[in-house]
Amino acid sequence: MIKTLNAFKNGKAFIAFLTAGDPDLETTSKLIPAIDGAGADLIEVGIPFSDPVAEGVVIQDADMRALASGTTTDKVFDMVAEVSPKLNCALAFMTYINVIYVYGVEKFIKRCAEIGVGAVIVPDVPFEEQNELAPVCEKYGVDFVSFIAPTSKERIQTIAKGAKGFLYCVSSLGVTGVRSEIKTNVGEMIDLAREVTDTPCAVGFGIATPEQAEKMAKVSDGVIVGSAIVKIIAKYGKESVSYVFDYVKSMKDAVRKAD
Amino acid sequence: MSKGKFGVHGGQFIPETLMNAVIELEKAYDYYKNDPGFISEFNTLLKEYAGRPSLLYYAEKMTKDLGGAKIYLKREDLNHTGAHKINNCLGQVLLAKKMGKKRVIAETGAGQHGVATATVAALLGMECEIYMGRLDTERQALNCYRMELLGAKVHAVTSGTQTLKDAVNEALREWTSRVDDTLYVIGSVMGPHPFPTIVRDFQSVIGKEVKKEMLEKEGRLPDVCMACVGGGSNAMGLFYDFIEDRNVQLIGCEAAGLGVDNEKNAATVANGGLGIFHGMKSYFIQDEYGQIAPVYSISAGLDYPGVGPEHANLHDTGRASYVPVTDEEAVQAFEYLSKTEGIIPAIESSHAIAHCMKIAPTMDKDKIIVVCLSGRGDKDVAAIARYRGVQIYD
Repeated sequence: MIKTLNAFKNGKAFIAFLTAGDPDLETTSKLIPAIDGAGADLIEVGIPFSDPVAEGVVIQDADMRALASGTTTDKVFDMVAEVSPKLNCALAFMTYINVIYVYGVEKFIKRCAEIGVGAVIVPDVPFEEQNELAPVCEKYGVDFVSFIAPTSKERIQTIAKGAKGFLYCVSSLGVTGVRSEIKTNVGEMIDLAREVTDTPCAVGFGIATPEQAEKMAKVSDGVIVGSAIVKIIAKYGKESVSYVFDYVKSMKDAVRKAD
Repeated sequence: MSKGKFGVHGGQFIPETLMNAVIELEKAYDYYKNDPGFISEFNTLLKEYAGRPSLLYYAEKMTKDLGGAKIYLKREDLNHTGAHKINNCLGQVLLAKKMGKKRVIAETGAGQHGVATATVAALLGMECEIYMGRLDTERQALNCYRMELLGAKVHAVTSGTQTLKDAVNEALREWTSRVDDTLYVIGSVMGPHPFPTIVRDFQSVIGKEVKKEMLEKEGRLPDVCMACVGGGSNAMGLFYDFIEDRNVQLIGCEAAGLGVDNEKNAATVANGGLGIFHGMKSYFIQDEYGQIAPVYSISAGLDYPGVGPEHANLHDTGRASYVPVTDEEAVQAFEYLSKTEGIIPAIESSHAIAHCMKIAPTMDKDKIIVVCLSGRGDKDVAAIARYRGVQIYD
């Protein structure tokens, strides 16, 4: 397993998200090595959920396409197990708590560790509910990623103190999706977090262009891009591999400029 | 750490962006629930605006016809806006106003909660936006127009199954994008803490009144209290004051759609499994991978794949029992109560009437059943006509 922290060892990190099974798992199994090859430091593989309440319409639609193509948690595990040994980047799963809970928390996290997935990102498990996952994650050496948001205020340091892997800094109010402008003072949030933790801080939600990525990377340890990649996959489907490769490469280049 | 637990159920499974909003709500509620000014304002609204207390009506013809236990109907259908939903909305929208919020948002299934929220928002001068599944906007077109008349903006939700659960998803998403000046007024005893507790408290007026009215009329408590359960707010409101009265049997009636063995149903306790969704741990209808399953009921108000966490716990502890009632049974009860008592019940409430019709004849005449008639059925007349194959022309 490549440790999540490794993603931040070569300067500012570029973290890419895609939904497993969109448009089908075979395409995902080609996209993951391509994104790795294009220079991503960590790939967040989304396990689709029927009701992704933290997602904007782009990733909602991707989840629907993935489920319609017959994607299940077990099939995602099998696909990742096959591709992960050849990757240079770290891997994380992004999904909703019900997917993990119903699969069985212990069974799910153990399987993550076995197939080289070093972190889980679960947007509907806040700090107060982390006991649902964190102790089992700890047992298997999988990082349970914590979130801070523009509304977190006095919660930032409480959350940051226990952060594992990386701290996921939500750049904007609302759900995931491309935004023309990020208005939150992300630097201020991160400064507060850094007072209490050495865990890297990565910024996500709303980042799509190289300019935005560079700007966000300057104030953080890395940027997370989801909807912009999923949009390319939605547009080109099974033929999306080379387009996604080019996009990720351009974003990684932009992030490097912030080093 | 984890708050708002009912046994293993409940909690606060929501994105970090919303955490301070629910903490702020909890603090405000803890303060205002003991604030004499707030209590008096709320009680005045219940009395002068909603028309409470609602009647506890002895259904004599129905009792005699069924030939068993004595049947009382708690007439929540006589409240302003025609259902129990107004109790909770008066409480929550008033609370929102006290908190300095300018805007309320809400989900709605059949439209009853949306109408009640829009009504109170109009009364208290708040902006109001309602999220409703696109399919429900078609099933309940009149209620959509009603909400617009009341000054609310209705959003037809086109994601997922385009029904109640998707309306909740969309309202939650909207709340994360605008937390500061907005309160999400949840319509049932569900969602993250403190909503299940707040909604239950505001609805508990139902059971409190039943207790008082029953002691006045019969000098004793009822043997059975029953109500329909979707998320479960009218049932929780009726049950809550009777939980410690161990001799009072509590029965929740779930929507079994075409039957519990048919995949087209919404009987969560009968068919669901433990899960975590919409902010709470509870029972949900889902597949082996935790994907929330599409549910079905003739009643848009019961067409929900989960159940409130306190109900889930009442089921676990055996304090309440939950029974499935099919579309056909509910429609028959809808027609029966209309013809027998001259009361057209909501199709949701008809699920409870149907179960009452099953058990009343098996009980002795000195036993007493209270059924919560949670809403009136005017909104359902067209749908029932369609179900029966009757053509109606406006």
